[in-house]
Amino acid sequence: MFDLDLWREIFQSINKNRTRSLLSGFTVAFAILLFTILFGIANGLNNTFKEAFADDATNSIFIRSGRTTKAHKGLQAGRLIQFENDDLDYIKKDFDDKIEFITARIYLNVNATFRNEQNSYSVRAVHPDHQYLERTLMKEGRYINQNDLINKTKVIVIGRLVAEDLFIKTDPLGKYINLNGIQYKVVGIFEDDGNDNEERLIYMSVTTAQQVYGKNDYIDQINLTYKPEMNFDQAISFGNDLTKKLKERFSVANTDQRAIRLFNMANQTKGVNQMTTVLGVVILIIGMGTLIAGIVGISNIMIFIVKERTKEIGIRKALGAKPRSIVSIILIESIIVTAISGYVGLLIGVGVLEWIGPSLKQYFITNPSVSRSLVISATITLIAAGTLAGYLPAKRASRIKPIVALRND
Amino acid sequence: MLNISQLHKSYPIGDSSLHVLKGIDLSVEDGEMVAIMGSSGSGKSTLLNIIGMLDEADSGDYILDGLQIKDLTEKKAAVYRNKFLGFIFQSFNLINYKNALENVALPLYYQGMKRKERQELAMFHLEKVGLTDWAEHLPNELSGGQKQRVAIARALAANPKLLLADEPTGALDTTTSYEIMEFIQQLNDEGKTILMVTHEEDIANMCKRIVRLRDGVIMEDKKIEQVRAGHHV
Repeated sequence: MFDLDLWREIFQSINKNRTRSLLSGFTVAFAILLFTILFGIANGLNNTFKEAFADDATNSIFIRSGRTTKAHKGLQAGRLIQFENDDLDYIKKDFDDKIEFITARIYLNVNATFRNEQNSYSVRAVHPDHQYLERTLMKEGRYINQNDLINKTKVIVIGRLVAEDLFIKTDPLGKYINLNGIQYKVVGIFEDDGNDNEERLIYMSVTTAQQVYGKNDYIDQINLTYKPEMNFDQAISFGNDLTKKLKERFSVANTDQRAIRLFNMANQTKGVNQMTTVLGVVILIIGMGTLIAGIVGISNIMIFIVKERTKEIGIRKALGAKPRSIVSIILIESIIVTAISGYVGLLIGVGVLEWIGPSLKQYFITNPSVSRSLVISATITLIAAGTLAGYLPAKRASRIKPIVALRND
Repeated sequence: MLNISQLHKSYPIGDSSLHVLKGIDLSVEDGEMVAIMGSSGSGKSTLLNIIGMLDEADSGDYILDGLQIKDLTEKKAAVYRNKFLGFIFQSFNLINYKNALENVALPLYYQGMKRKERQELAMFHLEKVGLTDWAEHLPNELSGGQKQRVAIARALAANPKLLLADEPTGALDTTTSYEIMEFIQQLNDEGKTILMVTHEEDIANMCKRIVRLRDGVIMEDKKIEQVRAGHHV
């Protein structure tokens, strides 16, 4: 039941004993302030890591080719290894149960013209799977599809910034762009979380590029993702397996590091994951430590408050205060002070993070902030701690004999 | 009103214990005004505290208004204190952050009375002790005599059967003491039973009965001719 008189008593006590209230409030606010800032900075560090690897799927493997550095099986060193469509099909077939997405990449540089606007761009000729590998987000229209691959259609997907540069105000969808003298129809516009450079790219079908520009089966690079259910160790051994098979296929020495170059994200992700886990544990320990220090602080203050109020408690008891009423007065006061000052600490902490946040970018701290759920749970933890910290001394106070309390001067 | 027999109380002091009350027998009728006298250490305050349920006896019987007071839970003791007893202390014991009116209203709050009723009744009692104009003042803005009058108003607020006063004039000068005593005598005239601890002869003589304690036993218990405090003022 809501007891207005009880609340009046409590607010009078808080208000009339300001030094005491401010002192205990300050401890709590400070603890929560530290807690918020620490967590915010830790989150910022985590954000930096995440951002660095957000661009590509974390389960990616890239394969490139180069010149051999060692003679092997009667073949001379310095031989150029060139991937072709067959090689991609071979990988696809041989490792079908381990591959999630796979695409070829051909790199081209083109001069693009639309009406009076002209600029040069990089083109990537790819398979439809590339969209998932690169985490390309479609803003409008569609990506390269299977039909484009089979029919070698002259369609392209352009980045958001390409659309802005060339089309200015016109809607690019369905319009034709001239790339090095050949007209391509724009079927889609994409965005990319990674960075701006990614949005200055043009995608077309790998088969189209091979027919129009190379009249061959050449591929510059093969990108694939392994099945996400594979763990790091499985992924790493899959990568090694793949390297070995390709080296055999192209008769490259096992020790040749240049001819077949396979880059496996699993190797890196494993390190990063371990790093963030360790970081998380350190943060948790520091955060808990701060919170515990706050709890100890508020406990001490509660003991002091009860000591200070002993005489008042004696008077109240002599006038007929029941133990429960003594407990609730002290306890609710402690909860209110804790909750309000905890909230103030949070506000200041969040404010400080917002304020200094942008200038911390150079220290590898990106967008330091605390999540809503963390804010709420920290507040609840605090109120619970305040309740606990207040309860024991309050309970003890309610048991003091009135005569002992009254003698306390 | 009050019946005590074979009351014992001792306090532990280090390893040994101090036997303060050694078998007290005392009964007080309705409307009496009793002074409990004795030198310091005679056990007079301890006796008053036990009567006031602020402390517990080790053994013996204590019957207040027909109710056996023994092994009370804290909660029950609180209810009895609120209903039966009004306290007046030597050091006033007002709550320093509450004004006079709020101090007087406090026992009524613990009775569960509504705020408005409480304040009206508290105002009525403040008027009775002549402090209407001081209702909004904090204790540290009042003189000693005024503080004690606020304390008396507070003791009266819950309309208790028994008024207990522990050296009520101990912290006051003679003139103020007599004023307070005059007021307490008035209350007694109106029918309140009053029990008072004092070590001052002149104050004791303003009661109707004097009980003298020495080393935890009653040495003397006699009715006297009351000296009216009004004659001295």
